[in-house]
Amino acid sequence: MSDENVPQRQTMAVDVACVGFGPATAGFLTTLSRRLADASKPPLESAASPGMPLQVLCYERADDVGFGVSGVVTRARAIKAAFPDLDASQIPMATPVRDEKVLYLLDPVGASRRSVTLRAADKTLRAFHGADRDSFELPWAPAFLHKTDGFVFSLGQLLQWMAGQVMATGTVQIWPGTPVAEALVEGKAVKGVRLLDQGVDRQGRPEGGAYMPGMDVHAALTVVADGPVGAVGQQLDEVIGMPPGHARREWAVGMKLVVDLPEDTPLQAGTVLHTFGFPEPEIFGFLYVHPDRVASVGIFVPSWFESPVRTTYRYLQHYVQHPRLWPYLEKAKLRSWGAKSILESGRRGEPFLAGDGFARIGEGSGSTNVLTSSGVDEAFATGVQLAEGVIELLEAKKPFTRENLEAVYVARRRDSWVEREGQVAEKARDGFQKGVVTGLMGMALSGFTGGRMSLGDEPPHPADQIGTLEEFYKGKIPAADIARIRRECAEKGVPLHDALMDRAGWPPVPMDGQVLVSQQDALLMGGKVQAPPGYADHVVFLDPELCRGCGKRVCVEICSAEAIRPGDGGTPAFDREKCVHCGACLWSCPTRLPGTDRVNLQFRAGAGGLHSAEN
Amino acid sequence: MPGYQIVVLGSIVPDPLQTLEPVATPQGPGLKNEAMLPHVLDPWAGHALYEAANLAAKVPGSKVTLVALGPKQKLQQVMMAVGQKVPFELVALDGPASGFTDAHEVAAKLAEAVQKLPGLDRSALLLFGGWESASRGAGVTLQMVGERLGIPDQFFGVDELSVKDGGALQILERVEGGKHQVSVCAGPPAVLGWATGNLPEPKNNPQVGMANMRGVMPALQKAPATPVGTGGVKFESVAVPKVARETRVVKDMSPDEIAKELVEWISQD
Repeated sequence: MSDENVPQRQTMAVDVACVGFGPATAGFLTTLSRRLADASKPPLESAASPGMPLQVLCYERADDVGFGVSGVVTRARAIKAAFPDLDASQIPMATPVRDEKVLYLLDPVGASRRSVTLRAADKTLRAFHGADRDSFELPWAPAFLHKTDGFVFSLGQLLQWMAGQVMATGTVQIWPGTPVAEALVEGKAVKGVRLLDQGVDRQGRPEGGAYMPGMDVHAALTVVADGPVGAVGQQLDEVIGMPPGHARREWAVGMKLVVDLPEDTPLQAGTVLHTFGFPEPEIFGFLYVHPDRVASVGIFVPSWFESPVRTTYRYLQHYVQHPRLWPYLEKAKLRSWGAKSILESGRRGEPFLAGDGFARIGEGSGSTNVLTSSGVDEAFATGVQLAEGVIELLEAKKPFTRENLEAVYVARRRDSWVEREGQVAEKARDGFQKGVVTGLMGMALSGFTGGRMSLGDEPPHPADQIGTLEEFYKGKIPAADIARIRRECAEKGVPLHDALMDRAGWPPVPMDGQVLVSQQDALLMGGKVQAPPGYADHVVFLDPELCRGCGKRVCVEICSAEAIRPGDGGTPAFDREKCVHCGACLWSCPTRLPGTDRVNLQFRAGAGGLHSAEN
Repeated sequence: MPGYQIVVLGSIVPDPLQTLEPVATPQGPGLKNEAMLPHVLDPWAGHALYEAANLAAKVPGSKVTLVALGPKQKLQQVMMAVGQKVPFELVALDGPASGFTDAHEVAAKLAEAVQKLPGLDRSALLLFGGWESASRGAGVTLQMVGERLGIPDQFFGVDELSVKDGGALQILERVEGGKHQVSVCAGPPAVLGWATGNLPEPKNNPQVGMANMRGVMPALQKAPATPVGTGGVKFESVAVPKVARETRVVKDMSPDEIAKELVEWISQD
């Protein structure tokens, strides 16, 4: 294409541009749109389009709002404050929490990698309660863990409901299927966003007449709410840096199935089971029940699980077959599936919350509380706080400078329960660096002392937490067998995890085509994963040489959708059409770029992904 | 040449990859969890809309109006995606969009809505829609709207429309054998039921979205309740085609190999 035929990059000016529509933006836009629609108050006029109402746009990467997110059990304090008359029956898949239990799951298979302490504890429990027991309900759980006054939601349905309310005011616009490539940064100020180029090949090169450069959307305020692995959040962390002592080092990937339970299920809507202990001690799980015999069941695989073969999908298949859960699920039928990364650093991963022309809200702003296992409500609260501050500035006709945003938004946040509880949770998970038992004790200690005491140290960079296969399977698989499995899998061009887990004693998964389906079928039957043509690959391996020397390829093993597979010459191959944008590959890449916190795998803005709004 | 008034009739259907399961509801047959399923603009109507926008862009003074009968909330959601594609005005009718609704009832409401369009000029009217529907409908609604509006020139399975000197319309309709039948009509009014056409799906354009949405939201807010039912039809049973799933994802097979394997697979029945 000659230069004169290359389409020019278009520009547009708005007042407020939001990046991503998750719970934080839902809180922001709910609050702001109500003010804009309030005829009893003076109108807030646009500076970008004089004479018009305030121009507020939100760009969402996924193909619809509510795609690519996960369900939730939440106390919903901020959500209830925003919707005082909230009627769960008006939101599909929503119901009040009715019964909440915490279960310790023993290993009925014998393949789980348990420490000596844990094995001794298991043996003691069985000695006192019967050798055939597979689980124990904790007789008591601390109050900070409870969600008894809250709701079970499908976050997809909740967000669709909220988006519908926001859009119906006619005051703001939400545009799904429109990924934001980057922020327009000048110095340390943000001047808007650049949308992703369309009509390009996998490498981002223009494809003939289809090329359409992403528009530059200039905005007085850019609201960055693109989640933990969002491209704009990552960019700002890089360009502006993190506050002293802050870093994003704790992660997890959550994967879930949404299933139709059989007609004779004894489970009541609102039942919530939290589990730990199986399939590996490091992997926590959940089962919660929506109305109309629908349940969400899933697990979290954390970054401190040092296995290089962190296959969430295979572990999930064993999890649902645990004898405590399988009686509920063996006649169930898959209706949705999905996966998502969770930034578990909490307040310790908090970036600069505001700067000239921008503010950060939601999970990517470090709002998730790992002690209370709560993130959605906190994210929503930060959105509300920002909106209240933005309204204050707009009414006072003050600009969106760092100082002003800190005064109206950051100050509100610091004075809120999000901050107070975030401080308590800040070091609560450090004990997991020393083992699961220490980790659980550390959580309890932090919770009971209001965060004044904790166990363990701040975790290292996630890339440095991944051990070797030989270490992880020490005592279970001889090194010679690991070497053989490596060779065989390399020849077949498949990941290692299935062969290694088979060898470690995990039984074959009896596929039933209902709940136990192949990973590819989970994508199609559950996630309905698809990607529009004309966009560049959003997972990029910067230096192929570094990939070739990696030896671990955790990105391949953890990939939620088998979108990253062993590739030619040692560099993994990425298939954009399968990616669910969970982002687990980003924090699982063990290859750090020299002298930086960055890794060799880049997770950029991209289109497509899940097409289910039931997660 | 004066501009055309291109009216596109189209509604929403569940996103094509969703799993559909018929259920009985108090209002008649329906789909399980239909309210929760992601929806898209009916792909056939989508082709019609994109062709309409393409024609309007070529003929100055033309205007595209999308008349959609569907649940208001779902229409709003779908418009967030469709509204970024091409410029159009929306006329929304708030009613069910299930394939089990009676085509006669739907056609009557749509024809009424078209007749009420401000400044409707039959001499410039091109009525576009899909020649089929992914909504489980019979694909006959568009013809019936055309009949109700008294438009005798109707073309279905259209893949191409071109405007000749003097304003005549040359239309390529799909016929058997992978061929097209070429027809010429003097000009509007005409009904065109589109097959796939020849246009790719337009790119998302934020400026188009901004302009569209200024009209879309008011249109949704004033969408009249438009109840349509099953026309008194009693459904003895409903079913979706049997799904035989045997998934493999391969990227290195030649088309010949894939075709051979498909033939073998199909021959198993």
